[in-house]
Amino acid sequence: MPDFASPAALAAGLADAGYLADEGLAMAGFLALRLHRPIFLEGDAGVGKTAFAAALAETAGLELIRLQCYEGLDASHALYDWDFARQVLHLRAVETAAHGTLSAADLEADLYDRRFLLARPLLQAVERAPCVLLVDEVDRADDEFEAYLLEVLADAAVTVPELGRITAAVPPVVVVTSNRTREVHDALKRRCLYHWVGHPTPERETAILHRRLPGLDERLAAQVAAATAHLRTLDLVKPPGVAEAIDWAAALRALSADTLTAELAAATLGVVLKVREDIALAAGAVGAR
Amino acid sequence: MLVELAGKLRAAGLPVTLDRLAAYAEALDAAGVAHAYWVGRLTLCGSPEDIARYDAALAPPASAARGPSWQVRRLPERSLFRATMPPSAATADQDPALSVQAAATEVLRHRDIATLSDAERAEAAALLARVATADITRPGRRHRPAGHGGVDRRRSVRAMLRAGGEPRPLLHQVRSPRPRRLVLLIDVSGSMSPYADALLRLAHAFTRHRPRWTETYSLGTQLTRLTPALRIRDVEAALREAGRLIPDWRGGTRLADGVAAFVRRDGHRGVARRAAVVVFSDGWESADPARLGATVAHLHRLAARTVWVSPHAGRPGFAPTAGGLAAVLPHVDALVAGHTVAALHAVLEEVRRA
Repeated sequence: MPDFASPAALAAGLADAGYLADEGLAMAGFLALRLHRPIFLEGDAGVGKTAFAAALAETAGLELIRLQCYEGLDASHALYDWDFARQVLHLRAVETAAHGTLSAADLEADLYDRRFLLARPLLQAVERAPCVLLVDEVDRADDEFEAYLLEVLADAAVTVPELGRITAAVPPVVVVTSNRTREVHDALKRRCLYHWVGHPTPERETAILHRRLPGLDERLAAQVAAATAHLRTLDLVKPPGVAEAIDWAAALRALSADTLTAELAAATLGVVLKVREDIALAAGAVGAR
Repeated sequence: MLVELAGKLRAAGLPVTLDRLAAYAEALDAAGVAHAYWVGRLTLCGSPEDIARYDAALAPPASAARGPSWQVRRLPERSLFRATMPPSAATADQDPALSVQAAATEVLRHRDIATLSDAERAEAAALLARVATADITRPGRRHRPAGHGGVDRRRSVRAMLRAGGEPRPLLHQVRSPRPRRLVLLIDVSGSMSPYADALLRLAHAFTRHRPRWTETYSLGTQLTRLTPALRIRDVEAALREAGRLIPDWRGGTRLADGVAAFVRRDGHRGVARRAAVVVFSDGWESADPARLGATVAHLHRLAARTVWVSPHAGRPGFAPTAGGLAAVLPHVDALVAGHTVAALHAVLEEVRRA
């Protein structure tokens, strides 16, 4: 696993991968690599929590394994599952090939072999470590699911009753993200480094726009960043995140605009704001400016 | 130095446990003392509220970019809820015959809560606690075996394979029910004050029964989340704590602001999604009713079922003319009365139809 001398060195590496991390996030990444502790990132949608994991994987030169959480996610989708069809096929094959030469006990032991085990993201991460494991939107999963995560997060191990405990040689770098639609259990948080990802400052956002959209007009980037920052101060249902700002700048670039005028802003508001009431409110604010 | 810091942070309300402190020491060693602020924030905090407390406890470096400024509100202790007599006192002086008592209970079920005496109120509260034991569910994502319903392909195929490929009777499955979140928005303004105590007791009973699936907020001139207070086991202590949390008890109503704050802060992010939302309010709105209508329409789009409970809806000659109520009516699934125990029971039936 690569070693970074300081948080600043990691931030520089992340910047090369196209992600501009602030001081706290760089520190979180640095400590995660150094201490093998998972990172727990919380923040509004679209502030770059998932992108951070991807950038961290790229910077550290590690594979990214992603587990998208959803309601009803269970062990057979997150940890492992037995490949039932192949097991049946194997039985049939053995039946015809070695008729009567194998004892039932051997045959049974044969069935629960590693090759019939389907590795799902958590087991994959343990087996393929070093790698970056992204557990995305953990707040969407039922809270029972957090219990499966604990063993992986604390010991970098997965226990399969038929096979025993599979432990990672090097613990994977784990990034857990949450949109905070519900409070995640403290047992999970306790094992992690906690960081709240806020919206970036206009200067940082301008820099991010430049990094993500090469060739974007200097002035336009600053204007989009300033306008997005202004939108966030309005009383919106869903304030725009960095992802929306990038989409907006990309849309304006596609329109070959070099200045963000009030008419242009009003026409392209739908790229940044996705709630009808927000658009109405923002359109009023644009008209007033 | 470590112990001193831990003491300071614990005093500020941070859950500084030994394992967190060990992580802090280890991280400090790896990152260097110069980064102590961020190291502490990353290892000792567990929520935005914790970060605010952490920042307040330490003087942070001026350059540090901080997250949203969350405020921890401290208010003077208030004793707003009158202590009620134990229910036994109310029943003791009545005829001991069971039938008479049952009849009295039945009468009490239909009496307007606002007109009850203290003793009757206590008994009504006990009746309400029984109302709250009903389950509110929604169809879950997972299935469970059943004698009817859709075909369970997986189990059917397995059964056939077990029979050596011979056809077998089809096996069925239905969606297993999951608890549905219940969100209670209780108007605590002056016009609702005769009912607020009973409603908070009902909310407490629900929170006791299904703590993970009940969220309670008070509406007045502003929105207050009462769920943590109502999780206290003892009902009187819980209500005292709730009273301490509510800053605008028996004040005016800015209903639209309160509902809008709920939708924006928590509702839109997930609390209201697929939930059954019950608003207890008479709809007296001091601001623009149209805004209230728009806000409730938004709430209705998020929630599985929106029920508006107005204590006046059960009175003879009632018409929804209160400015806010007329605006809200097109956007709710049901408008029900909530002035008696029986009516509140009916509210529950309405909620379960979601």
